[in-house]
Amino acid sequence: MTTAIRWFWYASPHTFFPVARTLARWCAVAAALFAIAGLYVGFLVAPTDAQQGEAYRIIFIHVPAAWMSMFLYLVMAFWAAMGFAFNTRLSGMMASAIAPTGALFTFIALWTGALWGKPTWGTYWVWDARLTSELILLFLYLGFMALKAAIDDPRRSDRAGAVLAIVGAVNVPIIYYSVQWWNTLHQGASVSMTRAPSMAAAMFTGMILMALAFWMYSIAVILMRVRCIIMERE
Amino acid sequence: MLGVARTLIYRDLLLAMRRRGDVATALLFFVIVASLFPLGVGAEPNLLRSIAPGVIWVAALLSAMLSLGRLFAADHADGTLEQILLGAAPAGVVALAKGFAHWLVSGLPLVAIAPVIALQYDLPSSLYGVLALSLLLGTPVLSMIGAIGAALTLGVRGGGVLLALLVLPLYVPVLILGAGSVEMAAAGLAPDGQLLLLGALLVFTAAFAPWAIAAALRISVE
Repeated sequence: MTTAIRWFWYASPHTFFPVARTLARWCAVAAALFAIAGLYVGFLVAPTDAQQGEAYRIIFIHVPAAWMSMFLYLVMAFWAAMGFAFNTRLSGMMASAIAPTGALFTFIALWTGALWGKPTWGTYWVWDARLTSELILLFLYLGFMALKAAIDDPRRSDRAGAVLAIVGAVNVPIIYYSVQWWNTLHQGASVSMTRAPSMAAAMFTGMILMALAFWMYSIAVILMRVRCIIMERE
Repeated sequence: MLGVARTLIYRDLLLAMRRRGDVATALLFFVIVASLFPLGVGAEPNLLRSIAPGVIWVAALLSAMLSLGRLFAADHADGTLEQILLGAAPAGVVALAKGFAHWLVSGLPLVAIAPVIALQYDLPSSLYGVLALSLLLGTPVLSMIGAIGAALTLGVRGGGVLLALLVLPLYVPVLILGAGSVEMAAAGLAPDGQLLLLGALLVFTAAFAPWAIAAALRISVE
C-alpha cells in the first residue's frame, strides 16, 4: 500500500509543480552544455566526410532530431495510456506538453533532411521510405494537437487525445513497414541512404552529444510547458 | 449479443434506405473524383492505366471519409447513442455493428462500381477481380478506423476537417496495400502478398478497433 502511494506521489500536479521547476532548470543547463560540446565536436573536431564533404555535418542536428521525433511520440502515447488507465490529471498534461516538442523535432528532421538532400542527392525531397514515414508522423502529431485544441473541456480533451495517441502508436510500425514496402515496390534502390560502414569516432561522439542535448532540451521545455498547463488548469 | 448486433445493423440499414440521397452522394463523389483525374493529367491511355489503381483507391479513401460524419452524428444529436450505450449490450459490439453497417452502405457500393471506373481508365479486365477483392478487404478497414475518428470528433467544433486530419494518416497502410495489389497484378506478378496483408489488417482492425471506438464513444457522451 505504501509503495503504491509513493508511486503516485508526484502524479499530483500540486507536488509536481515545484519539482518540475528544479528539474527543468538543471536540464536546461545540461542541454546548453551538451549542445556546446556537441557542436564543437561536430564542426571543429569531426573529420570531413570523404564522399559528402562538409555537407554531411547537418546530421549532427538531423539524426538526433529524427530519433527524438519518434521517441517522443512513444513517450506521449505512454503518458496518454497512463492517464487513460489511472485517470491521473498530470499524465494528460504531460501528453499535451510533449506533442508540440515532438512535432517541432519532426519538422526539424524533415527540414534538415531536405537541406542535406539538395547537395547530396540533388533534390530536396524524394519519396524515400524514411522521409515518407517521418512526414506521416508529423501529420499524426498535428492531428493529435488539433483534436486537443478543438475540445474545450480539459478532461475530455485529455481522454480523447489518449485514445488517438494509442491508436496512432499502434499504427506507427504498420505505417512504417507499409511505406518501406511501397518504396521498394516503386522506385527500387535508386537512392541509398547508407553511408560508409565505419563512422569516425569523432562523428559518433558528436552525434551522441547532440542527442543528449536534444534529450535535455526536450525534458526542460516539456516540464516548463507542463508548469504552464498546471497553472492554467488548477 | 448477436441479436443486438443484428438489430443495430438492420436499424442502420433501414435508416440509410429512408435517406437514399446520402448514400448516393458518397457514391457519386467517388465517381466524380475518379473522373476528374483524366481531365487533370490528360487522357493518355498508358498514363491512365498506370495511375488507375492509385486514383481509384484515393477516391475510395476520400469517399469513405466523406460519409463518416454521419456515422454517429444523428444518434448523438437525438440521444439515441446514449441510450444504446446505457443498454446491456457491450459497447464494443455496438461499435462493431455500427462500423459494419457503415461499410455495407458506403464501402460495398464502391466495390460494385469500381470496375466501371476501371473501364474508364482502360484497365485490362483481368485486373477487375483483384481490384474488387482489394476493395472488398480494404474498405471495411477504412470504415472501422474511420469510426474511431468519427467517435472522437463527435460534437466537436470543426469536426469535418478535423476528422480528415485524424483519419487520413491512419489510412496510409490500406492505400499502399490496396493500390499495391492491383499494381502487382498489372505487372504480371501475384498480388497474393498484398491481399493477404490486407486481410491481416482487416482481422486486426476488426479485433481492436471496436475497443477504441467504444472508448471514444464513452468519452463523447459523458
